[in-house]
Amino acid sequence: MSAKEAITLRINGRDHAVSVEPRKTLADTIREDCEQTGTHIGCEHGICGACTVLVGGEPVRSCLMFAVQAAGKAIRTVEGLADGDKLHPMQQAFMDHHGLQCGFCTPGFLMLAVGVLEREPNISDEDLVDVLSSNLCRCTGYQNIINAVRAAAKKMRRK
Amino acid sequence: MSAHGTRGGGMTWVGRAIRRLEDPALVTGQGRFTADLPTAYSVRFVRSQVAAGKIIKIDAPKYAPVVTAVDLKDVKPILPMLHKFAYKPVGQPVLADGVVRFVGEPIAAVVAATAGEAEDIADLVSVEITETTPVVDARAALEAKAPQLHASAPGNVILEGQFKSDGFDAAWKTAYKIVTVEARSRRQNATPMEPRGGHAAYDAASDRVTLTCTTQMPHLTRTAIADLLDFPEADLRVVAPDVGGGFGQKMSLAGEYIVLVWLARKYKSSFAWTEDRRENLIAGFHARDQYITLDGAFDKDGKLFAIKADVAANVGAYSCFPTTCGVEPLMAMAEMPGPYDVRHYQCHARGILTNTCTMAPYRGVSRPVITFTIERLMDKAAAALGIDPVDIRRRNLVDKFPYKTAMGLEYDEASYKQTLEMAVAAIDLPAFRKRQKEARAQGRHLGIGFSTFCERTGYGSSTFAARGMAITPGWETVIVSVDPSGFVEARIGSSPHGQGLRTTLAQIIADEIGVPPDMIKVVHGDTDRAPYGWGTFASRSLVIGGGATLIAARKVRAKLLKIASTMLEAAETDIVLEDGKARVAGTDRVVSITGMAREAYTQTHRFKGEIDPGISETGHYDPPGTFSNACHVAIVEVDVETGKVTIEKFLVAEDAGRIINPMIADGQVHGGIAQGIGNALLEEMIYDDNGAPLTATLADYMPPTAHEIPPIELHHIETPSVNSITKAKGLGEGGTIGAPAAIINAINDALAPFGVEIDEMPATPRRIRTLLRAKENAA
Repeated sequence: MSAKEAITLRINGRDHAVSVEPRKTLADTIREDCEQTGTHIGCEHGICGACTVLVGGEPVRSCLMFAVQAAGKAIRTVEGLADGDKLHPMQQAFMDHHGLQCGFCTPGFLMLAVGVLEREPNISDEDLVDVLSSNLCRCTGYQNIINAVRAAAKKMRRK
Repeated sequence: MSAHGTRGGGMTWVGRAIRRLEDPALVTGQGRFTADLPTAYSVRFVRSQVAAGKIIKIDAPKYAPVVTAVDLKDVKPILPMLHKFAYKPVGQPVLADGVVRFVGEPIAAVVAATAGEAEDIADLVSVEITETTPVVDARAALEAKAPQLHASAPGNVILEGQFKSDGFDAAWKTAYKIVTVEARSRRQNATPMEPRGGHAAYDAASDRVTLTCTTQMPHLTRTAIADLLDFPEADLRVVAPDVGGGFGQKMSLAGEYIVLVWLARKYKSSFAWTEDRRENLIAGFHARDQYITLDGAFDKDGKLFAIKADVAANVGAYSCFPTTCGVEPLMAMAEMPGPYDVRHYQCHARGILTNTCTMAPYRGVSRPVITFTIERLMDKAAAALGIDPVDIRRRNLVDKFPYKTAMGLEYDEASYKQTLEMAVAAIDLPAFRKRQKEARAQGRHLGIGFSTFCERTGYGSSTFAARGMAITPGWETVIVSVDPSGFVEARIGSSPHGQGLRTTLAQIIADEIGVPPDMIKVVHGDTDRAPYGWGTFASRSLVIGGGATLIAARKVRAKLLKIASTMLEAAETDIVLEDGKARVAGTDRVVSITGMAREAYTQTHRFKGEIDPGISETGHYDPPGTFSNACHVAIVEVDVETGKVTIEKFLVAEDAGRIINPMIADGQVHGGIAQGIGNALLEEMIYDDNGAPLTATLADYMPPTAHEIPPIELHHIETPSVNSITKAKGLGEGGTIGAPAAIINAINDALAPFGVEIDEMPATPRRIRTLLRAKENAA
C-alpha cells in the first residue's frame, strides 16, 4: 500500500474528487470510488474489454490504466451514453438486434463501438469486425453484435 | 437468415420476436451484478501452487486475519452423492485440510478492508507444502503405480458405469465392417465473462445472512450451505442478481461461498469475494477432458447396428456438487448412440480422479464429445464403405417416433432426417464439391463436415433419479399473481442469466391472461421472493419453468374468467381476455384487470364464497424430457502450410419444437455455435506434467472473438413436443453440441488428399501440422 493521491475524475461531465493509491486502476476507481458500476471487470489483463471506457474520446481498457493517469481527462462510461430517457442509437440497436444476452460484456462493447464510430464514422464493415474482435462476448456468438453496430453506424452517420 | 414457419391462427405473443424486457437496464449500465455491491471486507483466497502435497505449515502476518481449515473444523466437507455406478464418495474440505490435490485449491482466506490490501496480505501468507507426485492424465491415473488421489476411491476410479444390451456379442460377430474412432477431447473452461463471486452480508435486525452470488441455482445453494454450516435454512437468503453468463460452471457449489457465509455469521458484517480471471481459469471448474474409444459394427449397406464404447472422463481432484462428477461419463454412456438407430450397445464409462481442477457441467455436458466421436465414426465408415457421408447418415437416422434406444431412453417426435435434408439442400452440396475440386487444383483445401445429433432437454426428476443422484432436481414451480392494482407478477424457481426468460415467460403468460408482456414482471433469483426451484441449466428453463408458468397462468385465466363472469353477469364462455381487460365478446361490456383485481381483494363478499380471495396461482411441472435435434454443416479452409483453419460458413437446420421467441432462440444457437467453434479449434486448458496449469490468462486460453465466427445461417423446423405442455423443446445447448463435430469432420474432409485424420479437439494449427509433417516425413 502506498500514500493516496487526491485527483479529480471527470466522468460523463461530472467531477468526482477522489483519493486513490497511485496503483489503483481506472476501472476499480470508477466502480468503487465513483460508484459507477456499469463498467465491468472481466479479466484485469486487458484481453476481454468488458471494462472499455472512453478517455479523451478514445476507447481504453480501464483495467490497464491507472486512475491517476486519467485525472483531468474527459471520461465517458456506459452511464453517460443515453440522453436522459433517450437511448443512444448504439444502445437501441443492441436491443433491436439482440446484441446482448447476459449483458456483462455489453457496456464494454457499447463504448468500444461508440468510440470507434465517433472517430471513424465511415469505417468499412471489415474494419468494424476487426475492431469488435478486440472485445470478448461469451453469449451471443457476435453475429448480432456486428448487426447491431452496423445498424447503429448507419443511424449515427445520418445524424 | 432466419426462416421460422408460420404458427397459424390469431395473433399471439408466443412465436413473436419481441425485444427483451431484460435489456433496458443492461444497455444503460443499470444491471446489478454481484461485484457491484458495496462491502465492508474483501476476501482473497490463498491457493495451492502445487498439484499434490501435504501442508506442513501456514504462516500469516500477525496483524492479518486469516481463515484456514483449523478455523472451519465444524464445517462439513462438500460431499456430493450418487447411489449407483459404484460411486465412491469423495469429500472436499471447504479449505484444504492437510492435503492439496490441484493447483488453485483454496487453502486459506485472507480478509482486509479492500481487495488490493487482501491481495497484498495473501502474498505474504506462506504455505509450506511437502510435494508429492501428481497425476494429470486420466489414462496415467489408471496405471497400477499411479499416485492415489483419495483413499476412498482406490485406483482413482470414482465411478464406473457398465451397460451391455441383450444379444450384443452374437450381433457383434455378424459385422461386415468394424470401424474404430480413438477420440480425444481436451480440457475446457466454460469461461463466463463475469468471473464467479459472492457477497455475504449479515443483518442484525433479522439475524440472517444474505448471500448474493453468481449462481445458476440459488435455492440449492441455500440448502447446501445451511447443511454444511449446520444452521436453519431460513436464516440464509441467497440472491442471484444479474449473473454474467454461467454455462454450467456457476451451477456447481463454490466452496468460497461457504467461507463468506461463515465469516458473515461469525463477525456479523459483510464480506465479498470476486475471483480474478486466473482463479476462474485454474479453479473455476473444468470440463470435457475425455478419451473415448468407439467401435462401430456396420453391415455391408452401411447400417450401423452395434457400437462398443469406452469412456474415460478426467474428473479432476474432487466431485462437483450437486450433479457429482458422474455427469460427464454417465451422460456419455446414456446418450452415445445419439440420433442413430443402433440396436446393440455396449459401454464402459469411468470417472477418473487426477490432480487437476474439478470437472463440472459445461454447456452440452459430454454431448459435444460424444457427438464428435460418433460423427467421426460415421465419416470414417462412409470412407471405408465407399458411401457418401450424407447417405450413411440417411441410412442410420431414427425416423419412427416414439423411439426407444438400446438403453431405454424414449425419443419423442422429432425431425432427424428432415433437418439433415434441409441442411443438405440449403448448403448446395454438389456446388460445394465442384468448388472444392477447383480449389484443390489451385492448392487450396476446402472441406465440408456434417453433424446430426439429438439432445435431451427439459428433463424432470425421473431422469436425475435414474442416475441415482442423492439430489434429484427436475421440477419447477411458478406462482403467477395479480395484485390489487392489477400488476401481474410471476415468481419462478428458474434462475436465468442471459437466456431472456423474463421475456419468454411473459409471452406465455400474456397469451393466457390477455395482458401485454411488458406489463408482466418475472421475478427470479431470490430465495426470499421466488418459490423453491432448481435454477437454470440443462436446457430446461423454458420447457419446465415455461410449463409451470403455463399451468399457473391457465389457473389465473380461469379465475379471471370467473370474476369477470360475476362482474359482467355473463357466461364465462362468452368472455374474452385481451388488452388488459375482460370483455363480453362482441359487446362493449368490459372490466379492466385492475377492476377485477380490486374486486378479488376488496370486494370478496360479492363472490358469495364461490371464489377464493386474491389472485395468486401456483403451477408445478415435472416432465419426462424431450429431445431437440439439429443438423450442423461447416465449410472450412485449411492452410496446410500453417495448419490454420478458417471457417467459411456455418449452417444449422434445427428443431426445438415450438419457438416462443425466434429472436432469442436464434441468439441461443449463435452463442452455442461460437462456444463449439472455440471447442473445436481454440480452447484448451493445458497442464504440464507437474500439474501446473499453463493457460491461466485469456491470452493463453482463447475463447473465439468476432474474427473467428463465420456467418451463421439458421433454418428451423418446429415439431411440437408431446412431452412439453408449451410444445417447446430446450435449445440452450444444441449449438455447442453439434458445432465441434461438423468442424472436425470438415477439417478431415479438407485433409483427405493428404491421408491424415485428426480425431482430437481442439484441432490446433500445431496438431494439424504435426500430422501433416509426420506424413511428409514418412513419404
